[in-house]
Amino acid sequence: MSVGVFRAMALILRRELRLSFRRPDQLLQPLVFFLIVTTLFPLALSPLLSLLRDMAPGVLWVAALLSSLLSIESLFKADADDGTLEQLALSGQPLEAIVIAKTLAHWLLSGAALVAISPLVATALAIPAAAFGTMLASLALGTLTLSWLGAIGAGLTVGLRRGSVLLSLIVLPLAMPLLIFGASATDRAIGGENPAGAMLFLAALCLFTCSLAPLAASAALRITLE
Amino acid sequence: MHDPRCALAAETIHVWRGERHVLRGVSFAVEPGQLLHVFGPNGAGKTTLLRVVCGLLRPEQGRILWAARPIQTVQAEYQAAMAYASHEAALKADLTALENLRYAVGLKRRVQDGELRTALERTGVGACADLPARVLSAGQRRRVALARVLAVRARLWLLDEPFANLDTKGTELMGGLLEQHIAAGGSALVVAHHALQLGCAIGRLGLSS
Repeated sequence: MSVGVFRAMALILRRELRLSFRRPDQLLQPLVFFLIVTTLFPLALSPLLSLLRDMAPGVLWVAALLSSLLSIESLFKADADDGTLEQLALSGQPLEAIVIAKTLAHWLLSGAALVAISPLVATALAIPAAAFGTMLASLALGTLTLSWLGAIGAGLTVGLRRGSVLLSLIVLPLAMPLLIFGASATDRAIGGENPAGAMLFLAALCLFTCSLAPLAASAALRITLE
Repeated sequence: MHDPRCALAAETIHVWRGERHVLRGVSFAVEPGQLLHVFGPNGAGKTTLLRVVCGLLRPEQGRILWAARPIQTVQAEYQAAMAYASHEAALKADLTALENLRYAVGLKRRVQDGELRTALERTGVGACADLPARVLSAGQRRRVALARVLAVRARLWLLDEPFANLDTKGTELMGGLLEQHIAAGGSALVVAHHALQLGCAIGRLGLSS
């Protein structure tokens, strides 16, 4: 009996999650990085609450961006190195579906986990609890968009020996609008203003990347496999 | 037994790698129940040919036909009917042998663990089913990869050096499985640098560098 595309995606998602939980060090690395960067800022600058609150959105978003970049490089690399990427490409399932499943797994393990621990960091940075809702929603949209953008970069650099520098150069410029609107949404929520405009931009970016990134990333992977 | 829907053919395949003209007009046909042995010195383009046949690599000229149609136009059907074993075993080191098969075979057809265990036993690594692939030897990994090919139940086997790393018993086992597959009406393309001795007719395709 042939396997439907959704069943195949669920299978790949399960495989990715199981693989990650077998390697807890890799699972924790982006989260620990996020925690370290965000706690270093108050130490280096000043523990003054008003100052912390002013720079908190920026710190939060820069840390989230870098933490996502840190883990995205291995998205296709591990599979390419041991030959499983070829098997996935020849599995009879569309490569786009495989890319979607792998990217969603990456987001669950890095982005969603980061969103889950962000209230802790936000409290340390003196972000008022009233702004948590907007902050969580914007980070969720933002990290998902970052995973999609990262998938394109990871697909393009998977064949390179030292692709991480190039990966950053590809992804960071694309992630700039995300950083601007994400930080501005959080900033507005902290100031008690309406963050709807920035949030809608974030949602639009997320939809845009999740519709086009799977196509771009799988096209890049096909070239790599040649 | 001779089902024209499962015939593989290559028409004047040309592949350049950079400035090097690796494959110069290679043509062949493999009908159901036939085995084609591709041989030649190192660097002659045996693996390249296999990757072209898989559809991983697009030739600069020529085409691969499955059931008389180019494989790009019948991709899903073709990929469901074939199993490719590259020279890498394509196993995840952190997953057990059984889990590796579950995820690899599960993408091609619905399969129960019992059937996967049987495939592992047939290739002589039933006892390794619950061990992480990391601790397996190269020969054992090769046998797990072979179990994957068996469990997929593909009509066309594309094997890159299937005898590498195998001990004497493993070589006999591999030969026996190939004979059974051919006798059951399957077809196979086997890349091996040494001569094959099997109890079935073998077509031969020599490549030179």
